[in-house]
Amino acid sequence: MLTDAVVRTSTGRVVGQRHAHHDFIDKVKGTMLYAADHQPPGMLHGRVIRSTVPSARIVSIDLAAARDLPGVAAILVADDVPHNSLIVRASGGLGELAIEMPILASDRVRYTGEPIALVAAETQQIADHAAELVVIAYDELAGVFDPLGAMEAESPLVHDEGNVLVKWHIARGDAQLGFARADVVVEGEYVTQLVEHAYLEPETGVAWIEDDVVTIRASTQVIEHAVEIARILGLPSNKVRVVAAYMGGGFGGKEDMTVEPFLALLAWSTRRPVRMIWDRQESLAASTKRHPMVMRYKTGATSDGRLTAQQVEIIGDAGAYPYLSARIVFAAAVVACGPYQIADVDVRSLAVFTNNVPTSAFRGFGAMQVTFAYESQMDRLAEALHLDPAELRRRNFLSKGDVIPTGETLQTVVAVGETLDRALARLGELPVPSAPHKVVGRGFACNMQPYGRTIWFRDQASAWLTLQADGSLLIRSGVTDLGAGQAASLCQIASEVLGVPLAMVSVYIGDTALTPPAGGTFATRQLYMSGNATLAAATDLRGRLDPVAAQLLGCAATDLDYVDGRVLAIGGGSLGPELGLSLAELVSECARRGVDTSILTVWHADVGTFDPVLGQGDTFPDYTYGTHATDVEVDTDTGEVKVLRYIAVHDVGRAINPMRVEGQIQGGAMQGIGYALTEEIVLDQGVNNSTLFTNYLIPNASDYPDIEAEVVESGEGRGPFGARGIGEPPIGPSAPALANAITNAIGARPTRLPMTPERVLGLIDTTRGKSWNHK
Amino acid sequence: MSTFEVDLHVNGSRRQLDVKAEETLLDVLHDRMGMSDVRYGCGEGVCGTCTVLIDGDPVSACLLLAVQAAGREITTLRGLEGSAPDGLHPLQRTMLQLGGSQCGFCTPGVILTAVSLGRRNPTATRDEIRHELVGNLCRCTGYTKIIDAIETYLGELGTGPIDAH
Repeated sequence: MLTDAVVRTSTGRVVGQRHAHHDFIDKVKGTMLYAADHQPPGMLHGRVIRSTVPSARIVSIDLAAARDLPGVAAILVADDVPHNSLIVRASGGLGELAIEMPILASDRVRYTGEPIALVAAETQQIADHAAELVVIAYDELAGVFDPLGAMEAESPLVHDEGNVLVKWHIARGDAQLGFARADVVVEGEYVTQLVEHAYLEPETGVAWIEDDVVTIRASTQVIEHAVEIARILGLPSNKVRVVAAYMGGGFGGKEDMTVEPFLALLAWSTRRPVRMIWDRQESLAASTKRHPMVMRYKTGATSDGRLTAQQVEIIGDAGAYPYLSARIVFAAAVVACGPYQIADVDVRSLAVFTNNVPTSAFRGFGAMQVTFAYESQMDRLAEALHLDPAELRRRNFLSKGDVIPTGETLQTVVAVGETLDRALARLGELPVPSAPHKVVGRGFACNMQPYGRTIWFRDQASAWLTLQADGSLLIRSGVTDLGAGQAASLCQIASEVLGVPLAMVSVYIGDTALTPPAGGTFATRQLYMSGNATLAAATDLRGRLDPVAAQLLGCAATDLDYVDGRVLAIGGGSLGPELGLSLAELVSECARRGVDTSILTVWHADVGTFDPVLGQGDTFPDYTYGTHATDVEVDTDTGEVKVLRYIAVHDVGRAINPMRVEGQIQGGAMQGIGYALTEEIVLDQGVNNSTLFTNYLIPNASDYPDIEAEVVESGEGRGPFGARGIGEPPIGPSAPALANAITNAIGARPTRLPMTPERVLGLIDTTRGKSWNHK
Repeated sequence: MSTFEVDLHVNGSRRQLDVKAEETLLDVLHDRMGMSDVRYGCGEGVCGTCTVLIDGDPVSACLLLAVQAAGREITTLRGLEGSAPDGLHPLQRTMLQLGGSQCGFCTPGVILTAVSLGRRNPTATRDEIRHELVGNLCRCTGYTKIIDAIETYLGELGTGPIDAH
């Protein structure tokens, strides 16, 4: 690889510009084809038949009436699945249980909504009707719906192996000694809720058989599931192809398989194309959710505001199956102390099974729940120390070169202080209340969120670049696109290095048959991984083109500039025309000399190891830092919280496309606001009461003010051109910023999400008789 | 199940179809007429991804039966065309330039709702734009850039030489 070679680029000609190109154009025209838009001839419609009870033995499944329905092409149950089991790869955590998850439940169901059977029919109406005709008899068993209850000895077992899926322990120094050194210790317990991704495009895909290969075009973040799908079908891996359509949102909810194995089974069984769309109500009822967590924090500091110790216990509700819970509670543990230097730390986290709907990846991946806790603790500590909360944080922020609780040394600049200063400066004066029964308050919160996959997974991504005869460029990458511009950013990076105008760059993504592996789009890893792979490939390609161009132009290779489809000699070469060469001329000369202008480059992330017993080792490649600040007005008669201003500032190292970066920040912050104030999937003994968009309340356009996004560019990140990832980070600070603002307004602290009017009013009631003017 | 022969007027062209009584306009437009810019999002009339204009007014196609739309002028996003060489409607251009689209799934509904607002109230304030958009959920953008794009479009409507579709 030539990735360390010095390549001269007109840096900033394409990278750093607010280009509106590629997928944006199809999106505003309405011509983007999503997963449900592909309808092969003869297509059947699929449906999943799901458990209606949370914990039971299946006594019988009567398919007779459904099979007799005209237009039903296939009904499949557990016995029809060649390999009816999925084991999530072990994360390496302490005591981790190996739990098999059936694709279709056979004898036992563990949550309401668990898949039991599949139907494919000529129309969606027939498939839906057939699903209603399937009669399943259950012998109901005791269930457990609360992770704390599930940890008790007499709890019903969700799995025979036990209810605690995994434990993590990260420790550095001696927490007890740290508390002994503290002048002030504050403790708090924080509780978060079950949350839905609520992408506008539900889980969707179409599968068909082509050349005896099961081909699935789906809305998915991870095409690499093709290997697992092949195993389920009992086929070699080369017989399953997954193609990722541009997604109508994912947010982690399309990281695990959703419709793919069901589509594959139905298409394989019927030998016909099959489409499956989980309707909104099914998606709300049965798709994976964000982990509810109980987080217990104890934090110590000296009287001059230096943190000495923190002890943390995190209990995450995994629901009925492992999915990615082990890794999520690991991420929660790694960043449980936030962007602060604390010498003595003891963090324990665990994931516990319940008979609730399974939880898994969701933007923030465990690192966002703990932000609510550690930033609430910081404000509590500031109050106890009679210190300004911003000043307390400034005295304790991490810096480059500091060691974090895992024992790792931070390798890039930590510009969290600048994000804090900018956010607070932008807010200006606190407004006055608009009515006598209203109070106003200000709050802010800082965070750190990993970008890139856990180091011990030895991450890699590849990019395949082809400079064509006419000077246009093809990029092929296995990346999937969530809507954040994952593919478009690769175009900007390659264009920057190779000087191919954006209009002459095409990018083909997300196809296990035709694009080189990039890993899935999750963990805020794609700019870091595929961006670096594309930069490396473009740089490698320059390594081939430069000697040819330098010779033709009569200049040193280091004096070449690639711009607007041409190669120029800076200051003029001794040979060749003043206007340099067109890329087409250069490719033609390369062809004559046998220099290949197509290149496949694999980029490898750092490797390392983590010792789960010591709780020390290599965890994540790097972090993105930020601060959100907000002014709120609380109605003391109703408990209603009105957000007056909302500022979100993040250091992204270098913005590849500032417009898309701002969009990520604004959208993430808004999702965080919904999480903080209204969103909750309410389960009653495992039965979901929030299965309509009319009662699961995501923010609409008039609920909240503009998100004022500000981008800090420290110039130092581990992605291409010094970029940091920005997909997940902006969702973290919203809840604690709002909790701190509400506390500032009403004089009582919310510790449970969402902070609904009922809960805020309850807190206000606890302060009745006190003066409002506490600030 | 009864079947009806209906005339559907979509984006200026007419088509005669046999539809079942229970078929929604969304099902017919998306699945039978291949209008991929009219999208299923919730089936409850809440999210607005299936928005079309019926005689100029925004309607959720998931809540309307196809038979109810017979003979009325149905406009989907792809029926909006600007006279500019790039074929973009002015609001499509401001959405593009100001980053009003991320995953893009909600974009057709958002644009149609805003175009309808522009016809009824071309001097709408930012707050009026927000209010108008409550029936078009977006989970990606946080709305700020969408509202920027609509505000800029309405501003151009008021002042500019603009294609006043």
